[in-house]
Amino acid sequence: MAELVADATGPMRIQGGGTRQIGAPVDGEVLSVAGLSGVTLYEPGALTLVAKAGTPVEEIEALLAENDQMLGFEPMDHRRLLGTSGTPTIGGVIAGNVSGPRRLSSVGACRDSLLGVRFVDGAGRILKNGGRVMKNVTGYDLVKLMAGSRGTLGVLTEVSLKVLPRPEAVATLSFEGLDPGLAVPLMSKALGSPYDVTGAYFGPYHYQAPRHLHLRLEGSSASVKYRADALAGLLSGFGAARIERDPDASQQLWRDIRDMTHLAEMPFVTRSSIKPGAAPAFVESISQVWAATHYLDWGGGLIWTAASEEDLCKNAKNDRGDSSEDELTRGAKALIAAMHEAMSFEDGHTTLIKADERVRREMPSFQPRHSVVASLELGLRQKFDPRGILNPGLMGA
Amino acid sequence: MQMPRPDPAILSRKTQVVAQLQKVLSDGVVIHDPLETRAYECDALTAYKCPPLCVVLPKSTEEVVAVMKICHAEGIPVVPRGAGTSLAGGALPTEDSVILGVARMNDVLETDYDNRFIRVQTGRTNLSVTGAVEEEGFFYAPDPSSQLACAIAGNIAMNSGGAHCLKYGVTTNNLLGVKMVLADGEVVEIGGAHLDAGGLDLLGLICGSEGQLGIVTEATLRILASPEGARPVLIGFNSNEVAGQCVSDIIKSGILPVAIEFMDRPCIRATEAFAGAGYPDCEALLIIEVEGSVAEIDEQLGRIIEIAKAHDPVEIRESASPEESAKIWLGRKSAFGAMGQINDYMCLDGTIPVSELPHVLKRIGEMSAQYGLDVGNVFHAGDGNMHPLILFDANKPGDLEKCEAFGADILKLCVEVGGCLTGEHGVGVEKRDLMGTQYTPEDLEAQLQIKDVFDPSWILNPAKVFPLEATETRRTE
Repeated sequence: MAELVADATGPMRIQGGGTRQIGAPVDGEVLSVAGLSGVTLYEPGALTLVAKAGTPVEEIEALLAENDQMLGFEPMDHRRLLGTSGTPTIGGVIAGNVSGPRRLSSVGACRDSLLGVRFVDGAGRILKNGGRVMKNVTGYDLVKLMAGSRGTLGVLTEVSLKVLPRPEAVATLSFEGLDPGLAVPLMSKALGSPYDVTGAYFGPYHYQAPRHLHLRLEGSSASVKYRADALAGLLSGFGAARIERDPDASQQLWRDIRDMTHLAEMPFVTRSSIKPGAAPAFVESISQVWAATHYLDWGGGLIWTAASEEDLCKNAKNDRGDSSEDELTRGAKALIAAMHEAMSFEDGHTTLIKADERVRREMPSFQPRHSVVASLELGLRQKFDPRGILNPGLMGA
Repeated sequence: MQMPRPDPAILSRKTQVVAQLQKVLSDGVVIHDPLETRAYECDALTAYKCPPLCVVLPKSTEEVVAVMKICHAEGIPVVPRGAGTSLAGGALPTEDSVILGVARMNDVLETDYDNRFIRVQTGRTNLSVTGAVEEEGFFYAPDPSSQLACAIAGNIAMNSGGAHCLKYGVTTNNLLGVKMVLADGEVVEIGGAHLDAGGLDLLGLICGSEGQLGIVTEATLRILASPEGARPVLIGFNSNEVAGQCVSDIIKSGILPVAIEFMDRPCIRATEAFAGAGYPDCEALLIIEVEGSVAEIDEQLGRIIEIAKAHDPVEIRESASPEESAKIWLGRKSAFGAMGQINDYMCLDGTIPVSELPHVLKRIGEMSAQYGLDVGNVFHAGDGNMHPLILFDANKPGDLEKCEAFGADILKLCVEVGGCLTGEHGVGVEKRDLMGTQYTPEDLEAQLQIKDVFDPSWILNPAKVFPLEATETRRTE
């Protein structure tokens, strides 16, 4: 791998399973990591697993399941939503810092479960950082830096992860037809309770459509039963909660929320990270001008926004840009621009997850950063990829 | 401990530098009288001391900016300081450096229970962050042993942990955003009240960078709803190996206790003599704490005790009341004081894979005999974060050096078995020269390049973290 990178003469597109084409399209030779595959160490008693970057996620999850363990951050499988095929790899998960609904709990994001990395940087150096222990402050934390850097600083070759016990039981509390204005307050009350909620979802944020609010509880059977009843009692002012105690039904529901499968037909999808309490105002302000539908995960801290073809055509009418472009492209470009403008970088950020290639080529997929932050990022890229050959431009300038 | 030779040109300009600082800072912020700066000659690694050029204790981010602009223009090294509780010498000055302490910046700026965060100035102590939110039923999870005194600034610099990390993570997992002053005085905000800061993970990079990338003046911290209750069980064993196996079996069974603390015989005896917590006289004991409702705690402790019984314990003491819980924790919490009562000690915090516990404890015992220095072990077993306390006599010539050599051997062993030099105290000056055992020269160079980006003139805490010879050309450019 180090030789391949060192000998490269032009830009390279770093690829794991190729199932998450997010960010600006990269024109360059594909550098596949899929060949570097296999779990190299797994110690259930120490909650740690080390795998080569090209190891299929499903292989890791199956191995963990044999020991009643799991990847706590429940990485999303993007295939349904993005209409991609292939085999998602653990390296791709790390490179994208891909975290699921459990992100809002003390489990944290993908990067919070990442203990160590090995990678080849743009100069062909083989580097390692972190290790396989849960506490490590030996030198700078390049482990976090590599998570979510999407192959722009280096090509991951091996990662070590903290894993967690798989909960024995899971239950879901659901509220139907709730006034959207009450959704975040309800979820905040649940998340501010001692009952350890590990999923809080509401959608669509719409006054007419049928809408659902789901709260997830996990743990031992007795504990989940106790907390489900206690939480329903605490939230009774919002209406009666239906409690789903069948684990299979709950697991399917949260897998669908994790993968946003119901948006699979949508040509345009974004994710916004925001202070939960600010989510309603953000959604309302976008909705006033732009046709799109919004869904809240992470108790309101994550907004999924989707636009149908019809929505995009409507949005094209708001746009005063290049009228020679087709309506779908114009509508999508205008919507992502408006979403980026609606939020300053201190308050959160919107990432374009799904759009036509032309839109992704011409518009920034990632929220533009302030100049000081942008120059720090640029400085880091110049050190780790001095020739600018690793996924150049994918995360923006 | 070798430190860089102070720059004579800076030393000779002391009066002018002090005047320059006094001109832009409010009254009393600059301390330059050698009698008053004595308190800043060292941190909690008291074996090494050096008077700084002067000390500044700014009252605002703006004043920090003013200090950094002057020091940057003058090429004066700046040593950031939180509460000065570093065990690794992270705040040790050089004679030509300005100590920049954030202790006077300790306000709570915002508490938001609906969105579950608190924004504080970083001079605030760790415990008082929880203190500000506990009445509303919330807490801040990282809980280093020094939490009564240590500042959030230092917690961020060293990515501090504590006893409850197994479930709640360390500082980096609970830090949502920072306001930071860069070496040239530029202010940057990264992250905020949202869960994932955007772009490259600069927040993750800053946390644990030991004050070398910038001065963090404000922090947005995640707060969590307090559990309904918590209760420990104490279990004594006849050997370290068995206790270690028991830890592994508990984790494998799917229970995730909030804390698993481990003490070996020398430590048990010392704390018994000191605090009289009524611990059994055995080879090893575990204190395991779980959280939840009364029924949930009963259920979890029941399962833990069942697992422990298979390991032939000499004693199982389940707490039945807050008083009994306090008594179980009493010995653990007074362990450092108890060891300090016997002699001077050095505390290390190398971290190892949990599976290596028995092997490493055995090797430490052998080395203790070789070096002729006693050592007690008390540590966070769930996450493999060791805390060997090596006893020595600071007044006996050669003892400190012998102790340091022993310590270095323990840390090398930690790396050898797949662990690391430091889990939560940081590298500072203490472990600086051992970095080569964990990283290749290229790995270190990559880290130095990160500092080049944030602090091109290398004025922030320049003599820490990396071996001096690796940083010399950068520091003296």
